[in-house]
Amino acid sequence: MNQTILRTEKLKAFYVLDVLGTRKVVKAVNEVDLEIRENEIYGIAGESGCGKTTLLKTLYAAIEPPLRLIGGKVYYRVNGEEVEVSSLSREEKRKLRWEYVSYVPQGSMSVLNPVIRLKETFRDFLDSHVSGKTKDEAFAIAREHIAALGLPQKILDAYPHQLSGGMRQRVTIALAALLKPRIIIADEPTTALDVVVQRGVVQLLKDIQQNLRNTIVLVTHDMGVQANIADRIGIMYAGKMVEEATTEGIFGDPLHPYTRYLINSLPRFGDKTTRESVPGSPPSLINLPSGCPFHPRCPYALEICKEQMPGFVKLDNNHKVACWLVGEGGNGKAS
Amino acid sequence: MEKLLELDRLTKVFTLGSVISRVRITATDSVSFYIKPAEIFALAGESGCGKTTVARMILGFEEPTSGAIFYNGKKGTKNEKVWFTEGIQAIFQDPFGTFNPLRTVDRYFFETVQNYKLAGSKEEAIRLIDEKLRAVGLSYEEFSGKYPNEFSGGQLQRISIARALLTNPTLLIADEPVSMVDASLRMSIVNLFKKLKEELGVSVLYITHDLATAYYVSDRIAIMFRGNIVEMGPVEKVLMEPKHPYTKLLRESIPEADPNKRWDTVITLADTEYEEYLRAGCKFAGRCPDVMDRCKDEVPPDIYVDGVLVKCHKYAGE
Repeated sequence: MNQTILRTEKLKAFYVLDVLGTRKVVKAVNEVDLEIRENEIYGIAGESGCGKTTLLKTLYAAIEPPLRLIGGKVYYRVNGEEVEVSSLSREEKRKLRWEYVSYVPQGSMSVLNPVIRLKETFRDFLDSHVSGKTKDEAFAIAREHIAALGLPQKILDAYPHQLSGGMRQRVTIALAALLKPRIIIADEPTTALDVVVQRGVVQLLKDIQQNLRNTIVLVTHDMGVQANIADRIGIMYAGKMVEEATTEGIFGDPLHPYTRYLINSLPRFGDKTTRESVPGSPPSLINLPSGCPFHPRCPYALEICKEQMPGFVKLDNNHKVACWLVGEGGNGKAS
Repeated sequence: MEKLLELDRLTKVFTLGSVISRVRITATDSVSFYIKPAEIFALAGESGCGKTTVARMILGFEEPTSGAIFYNGKKGTKNEKVWFTEGIQAIFQDPFGTFNPLRTVDRYFFETVQNYKLAGSKEEAIRLIDEKLRAVGLSYEEFSGKYPNEFSGGQLQRISIARALLTNPTLLIADEPVSMVDASLRMSIVNLFKKLKEELGVSVLYITHDLATAYYVSDRIAIMFRGNIVEMGPVEKVLMEPKHPYTKLLRESIPEADPNKRWDTVITLADTEYEEYLRAGCKFAGRCPDVMDRCKDEVPPDIYVDGVLVKCHKYAGE
């Protein structure tokens, strides 16, 4: 098994808001334990508003008010040594960014500077991280990088508005991979794209991972994309991890009722039988239900679910699940 | 055969640019199709293929350059909007953009009741609104006096369907109704269309790029590409045995929720939409794996193969 490269311990990050004199706490990331390994694509899935993006921000150490790190730690393994991220200075963090860990934000189609050509954007990135390159050397590196990823070289001379949304998305991903980082964190890179373009983006991410043999943390609520690209998947619900397993494990033997709903609600070709959505709506992160946050929507809820949050238990095959119906105190699998 | 709505060679040309560099883009090129009563008809294709332009022309937001729209056999014109909009109602893509965040959602309902003179008194109006809300799984009590931010995206989308139902329409035009709704809640909207069709006999024009839900819910489907309908027929045939190379590509590009069915072939993507629109001949010729010489300059004819309309040279002369 590959070594762990990114690890969190009881990570808690809340938004603390002051609305008209009353304090509101949004529990976006609530005691998350993660172990992400080298050379794998780790998928994170869940409904909107379950804290996926906030989790990525804390992993990338981009915590800005009103988001606050309440507890827990994030560790990177840099050159064989584990580093605790919040202990680093601003300058040290800046050095790690893009060279060690890079981030593709959500809606990254619109992050490119609209008034300069893309090759200038590439040069900007190189300038701020690698010193002593002339303009031509920087352009040459950019061209080589674009060609290696199979994108047309003419896009370097274009302005962002001249490219389609899918192409801009792929350029942003190419930028994130420019300095060969060990970890790439991508937030919903395929959302809002057409199916054919989406397939192109998945293709690009897979190519990058295979070439660099690095780690990609991919957040998307699209279970079809997850099935296609991820090696392991974590399912998030209301700021907590509720299930984690290999992709085969999640799709072949989903244990948490929420995961089952997520998978079973997807329509499939050649099967027109009625499919049901997850009942109810996601809970508000300001006012979480007691016990297991899924219990108001769960058809199998027991008495204990309303009172106590189940632990995140490890079963065989490294399948982890947080549910009273499975393992710990439960009566075996839910039927 | 009874036709509820019929589009006859509907064409819309947009001109871009200034006097010197004028470009004409044919957003929809002779689009013809019809919708039967109590039928869900899907219009599918990528963004920029002209499907929203079709919806806008049906709803009267856009004047067609040529061609006509018939509703119940009558030609729809601008002046006769009332009978037209009473029978055809729309649901839009963004449920958060549909409602003004500073107005309570019930005001939209009372406004529609007033505009179409659907009720004589407030009690009658509330009874009508409650009935429509119950059809979508909500009720007047849990909804009155609330602002849009107090609902989730899925709930708001159901509220906008309930509002559309107030006039007892025979046809709903739903433009990408689920693309902004979470995947886990999509089925609640799509199942609702099915229920409306079965219980109230409402027809739906379901415009989407999501072929999986289109397959699940619709009876017939038309695949659009750069302003043309390239394949049209019963959904089982079009999506399970696609004939046009573009439909095949679309069908293969849908990620299946099965880790054993991963993509292994590499695809080429379009240069830009704009270049494809200006292409003479078949618009898909630049990316088509089965491209022939005549595809590049001859527009393919509409050919019927096994009850399915296909716009492709591959099936000509058979």
